[in-house]
Amino acid sequence: MVLTEAPPPAGTTSSSGKALNGAAQYQTVLQEKTLCLVLTGSWRSHDAALPTLSDKELSAAGATMISCDTSGITDWDTGLVAFLWDVRRGCDAARVRFDMAALPHPMQQLLDLLPEQTAPVIPARRTRTPFLEKIGIRAEAVLAEIGIVAGLAGRTTLAGYRSLFRKGGLRSSDLLSDLFNAGPSALLIVGVVNFLVGAILAFVGAVQLQKFAAGIYVASLVGIATVREMAAVMTAIIMAGRTGGAYAARISTMQGNEEIDALKVFGISVSSYLILPAVLSLVVTMPFLYLYGCLIGMLGGYVVAISMLDITSLGYFHQTVIAFGISQFFFGFIKSIVFGAFIGLTSCRIGLKAGRSAADVGIAATRAVVIGIVGVIALDAIFAVIANSVGI
Amino acid sequence: MSDDPIMTMQGVTLGFGPKIIQSDIDLSVRRGSIFAVMGGSGCGKSTLLKSMIGLLRPKSGSFHVGMQDYWAGSDAQRTEINHRFGVLFQSGALWSSMTVGENVALPLQMFTRLDARAIRRLVELKLALVDLQDAIDLTPAEISGGMRKRAGLARALALDPDILFFDEPSAGLDPITSARLDDLILNLRDGLGATIVIVSHELPSLFTIADDGIFLDALTKRPIAHGSPRHLRDNSTDPQVHAFMNRQRNEEGSAS
Repeated sequence: MVLTEAPPPAGTTSSSGKALNGAAQYQTVLQEKTLCLVLTGSWRSHDAALPTLSDKELSAAGATMISCDTSGITDWDTGLVAFLWDVRRGCDAARVRFDMAALPHPMQQLLDLLPEQTAPVIPARRTRTPFLEKIGIRAEAVLAEIGIVAGLAGRTTLAGYRSLFRKGGLRSSDLLSDLFNAGPSALLIVGVVNFLVGAILAFVGAVQLQKFAAGIYVASLVGIATVREMAAVMTAIIMAGRTGGAYAARISTMQGNEEIDALKVFGISVSSYLILPAVLSLVVTMPFLYLYGCLIGMLGGYVVAISMLDITSLGYFHQTVIAFGISQFFFGFIKSIVFGAFIGLTSCRIGLKAGRSAADVGIAATRAVVIGIVGVIALDAIFAVIANSVGI
Repeated sequence: MSDDPIMTMQGVTLGFGPKIIQSDIDLSVRRGSIFAVMGGSGCGKSTLLKSMIGLLRPKSGSFHVGMQDYWAGSDAQRTEINHRFGVLFQSGALWSSMTVGENVALPLQMFTRLDARAIRRLVELKLALVDLQDAIDLTPAEISGGMRKRAGLARALALDPDILFFDEPSAGLDPITSARLDDLILNLRDGLGATIVIVSHELPSLFTIADDGIFLDALTKRPIAHGSPRHLRDNSTDPQVHAFMNRQRNEEGSAS
């Protein structure tokens, strides 16, 4: 039935593929309504692209059955199976019978695994949203997110209140390790940054104030700037990058491992078990880091002022003390508590919202840092307006 | 199946730091066979697999793939040998930021000179072999655990390997899916002529597909039996192996 070697008496022969010696190629031989594909050469797919069959060739010959002769193949892998699969699907489309009987057993076995027909892949249609609608959708999402974070804040506060009186929820060991990470471990970097900021302020101030022989006011400049703005904002930015990012990454990794689902099933409240220690650790440590930042910032200013200007230590100290009142300290204190709560809540929320893949963890950490920093600066602007109207 | 071994291990000792996991492992895997690594939980099955695919250097002993000493060569030589390997990790280990199709395509893009169309064709074929042709554009997060495992298998097949390593292929699958996977493994072995090393304690599947194997013991930290799972089930005199293979409780041992 299958004609292999003999040239067709009244048939047509056509060849396809590269005529290189040993390269994969096939010839079609028509014999009494049976189209035989004679495959020869090495059908390994990785070295070069294999020939592909065109549907025209199958239907043009007017054959009712197609068979394959693979005896001339020296070497093959799944590339050949892909070719045979194309042939079979082409036969199906052209309503021609495909005769597998002549194929070696392994090829038949692999072909049997493949589906008879494949649905054409329909690319997903992209609908375009108008620009204004996009803005609206984004704005709505931001507002919804603010609402969710506020809800989270409420639940976390409630969880904190409950854990004061009842066992369960907050684990003290978690809280202690978070406190240590957000507090003592951050001292070095918070100190370095605030020292440098104080020193830079003093340097810039000294250059200008010296012109008016007002060098002593460098102390006031550094003091007011650190206490009012710099210490709180700088510390918050560092903590957003350092601790906020870590919290978001931690929670989103737990999300990926189904740990959050496990907590939910056990009925362990996510807000008291995960969010409360994170937020509490920042709320507790941030004011102290702020005070520490103030001191170190002023120390940085002092070092620069003493070495550049003709000021005594006592003079610098005196000028610093009379520069600001205790209310400004108090204000900065409140600010840093708010910053801490904001960083803790947003980073936890971002972690909880994250997807489950490895890339999502990175996205969540980045987002937590960016939103933390932008949010801290935005909040600080609001505080500046409040301070102005209250008259601090 | 022929008698010449494609992989041999002689006197291999495995461990992490000072801790010894298994010692004195001798084994030879015949070309075209399905070789089972058996043993109770925590006996070092997966560790043995790791040392075969280049993730853990044995403390001593030799491991040959074909004629080459696997661990004696440079990293580049090992990578070269690894291109003959396909590994199905326990949970699929798909790269989660790519679609299923991209997961299968990546090795082809990296290590062959094929153009995008030829790669797409091969990817479609590999996914169709494991019955996942419709999942080509989905991400691993969007498909079920069983599908993830099959997608991992399609990825393992990407470079048409001679040797396939399966780490617990049927863990977490229902009996029907697991039986289908067994058929698939047999078909792939017969169709592609691949040699398969399988780590498993799924007895029904081991009895169906494996024709050779090694049994590792957690207590003595060395292999205690060699042979096909069916042969061990019927003929082993070792109480530990006998209990494992016949699913009996074992009073002295730790095998489950």
